Amino acid sequence: MPETIVEQPVIELADVCRDFPSQPPVRALAHVSLRVGRGDYLAIVGPSGSGKSTLLNVLGLLDRPTSGHYRLDGTETTTLRERDRTRLRGERIGFVFQSFHLLPHRSVAENVMLAEIYTGQPRAGRRDRALAALERVGLGHRVGFPPGRLSGGERQRAAIARALLGSPSLLLCDEPTGNLDSRNTEAVLGLFDELRAQGMTIVVITHEQEVSERAGRRARITDGTLQEE
Amino acid sequence: MDVRDLIGEAVAGMLARPVRSALTTLGTVLGITTLVVTLGVAATAGNQIVGRFDELVATAVTVEVPETDDVPLVRWDAIDRLTRLRGVVSAAALAESEDGANLSVRSNDLVDPARVTTRSLTVLAASTGLPEAVRGRMVRGRFYDAGHVRRGDRVAVIGDEAARMLGVARLDTAPAVFIDGHAYTVIGVLGDLRRERNLASAVVVPPTAGRRFGLRDVSRVLVNTDLGAAGLIARQAPAALSPGNGDMLQVVAPSSPTRARDGAQEDANALFLILGLVSLLVGAVGIANVTLVTVMERVAEIGLRRSLGAARRHIAAQFLLESTLIGLTGGVIGASVGVVAVVAVSAAKQWTPLLDVRLAIAAPVAGALVGLLAGLYPAMRAARMEPVDALR
Repeated sequence: MPETIVEQPVIELADVCRDFPSQPPVRALAHVSLRVGRGDYLAIVGPSGSGKSTLLNVLGLLDRPTSGHYRLDGTETTTLRERDRTRLRGERIGFVFQSFHLLPHRSVAENVMLAEIYTGQPRAGRRDRALAALERVGLGHRVGFPPGRLSGGERQRAAIARALLGSPSLLLCDEPTGNLDSRNTEAVLGLFDELRAQGMTIVVITHEQEVSERAGRRARITDGTLQEE
Repeated sequence: MDVRDLIGEAVAGMLARPVRSALTTLGTVLGITTLVVTLGVAATAGNQIVGRFDELVATAVTVEVPETDDVPLVRWDAIDRLTRLRGVVSAAALAESEDGANLSVRSNDLVDPARVTTRSLTVLAASTGLPEAVRGRMVRGRFYDAGHVRRGDRVAVIGDEAARMLGVARLDTAPAVFIDGHAYTVIGVLGDLRRERNLASAVVVPPTAGRRFGLRDVSRVLVNTDLGAAGLIARQAPAALSPGNGDMLQVVAPSSPTRARDGAQEDANALFLILGLVSLLVGAVGIANVTLVTVMERVAEIGLRRSLGAARRHIAAQFLLESTLIGLTGGVIGASVGVVAVVAVSAAKQWTPLLDVRLAIAAPVAGALVGLLAGLYPAMRAARMEPVDALR
């Protein structure tokens, strides 16, 4: 029997490199290997230009590594066709962005419901699921609000609710507190703690000490090389 | 992706900037309106030309009765047989002769050296249905009736032009005209003729009174038919008027109206059609332009959607549908405005508006097509965007 282990890692990067063609070629990721198990809470820290964003893009299936392997939930993604990568991205990964990316003309609930329209979930019960996700992040009282009337922390929580819809295997956060003040940062980090306690796998890319300290694991990326601390 | 979701997203995208979307539709609205108005007014006016043609010419049948020495070919009472035919609206028999064409007519017996009082007018005899047969009306007074005819009353009806020339202004004084020295009481003035307009300057007397001027036999019969009945009546009239001698009568019937209709429709104003097409083109460029701007503005949204699992075709479909909806909206508004304009023009000209239903349906479809074509390039740009770049 090849694998009797129940716990399959959510993320398994093996010797991943990402080169950008230019003169001379830039190696943004150099032989990165990483395992993130289910329920892990990993913070990736590093200065700007260190390859953080490239790593996030690779992890989020937004970019393909030049070489190496990336298994997401045991699926080898580097050989997948574009269409399958897109589907995998929609189904398995919930993104949380620094700038929230909420559609300004839609209500909070509609913004959350947006997460389901490309993944083939039935329309029936979509609103209920969105409301449940909003309840989960403590925004049950802001359902019909336009994002413009929410505070920064509330907006990010709405974005997290959207990421949670569809029960992704991985919550991938790109500087989730970059636009928030310390009080709202605390609220979002508190929420991450709760989600982690519920078994959610979280990868946070950040340059903030405070954020990385709350994570269970920390890895530092410098000049494309990843080192766990 | 559910089609309803796609439509919902496209509608939401369009309504996110309602003013911009409304302005974007303007070009299509103008183009479609121009096309609908041009085609609609052309069709309406074309129909109107045919209608006028129908009324005045296509329903007018004239029977010429050649002169005979002995027995008249058409008797005065034969007109009753003619009016009984189905399809005949009105008919009248006329007796005209060269003798009657230039009779001196005076309105009084006094000789006024200062003005010309004696006019040389046409005098003719007619049956009682003349006002209807010439599509005129009695401007003043009345036409003579069967009683006048039977009694041989010396009454006359004069055309409005003749009344002006003779100075007959009012009838309550029972004015008389002297035809060749014989006095006749004027009981009516006939005007507004739409057929046989030369009767406006004529003096009409009952057949029984016309014998004195050599107006003995029927020389012409005027018939008005229902629309489309002219051909039939033209065939039947000779037999009705002169049983047995029908082939000696000459019937003047209108030509078939189809040719006139064809000609009118070819008259559609090509210039305005081109103008409408140019407006549509401008509208398409406008939609393409604005959609492209919208795509550039919504790069982050495109990135977000890609991160949520949207494939390139989903992005393309959404922007394509948005521009199509804008075009469709413009088409619907344009078609509506165009139809209203056609009706307004028709109302102003007292025409019957005529609009092909297919045109009213095709116009919004054309608008949608314009939007679809205009959206192709922006949608392609949106779909080609790399999610990594879009989210940056």
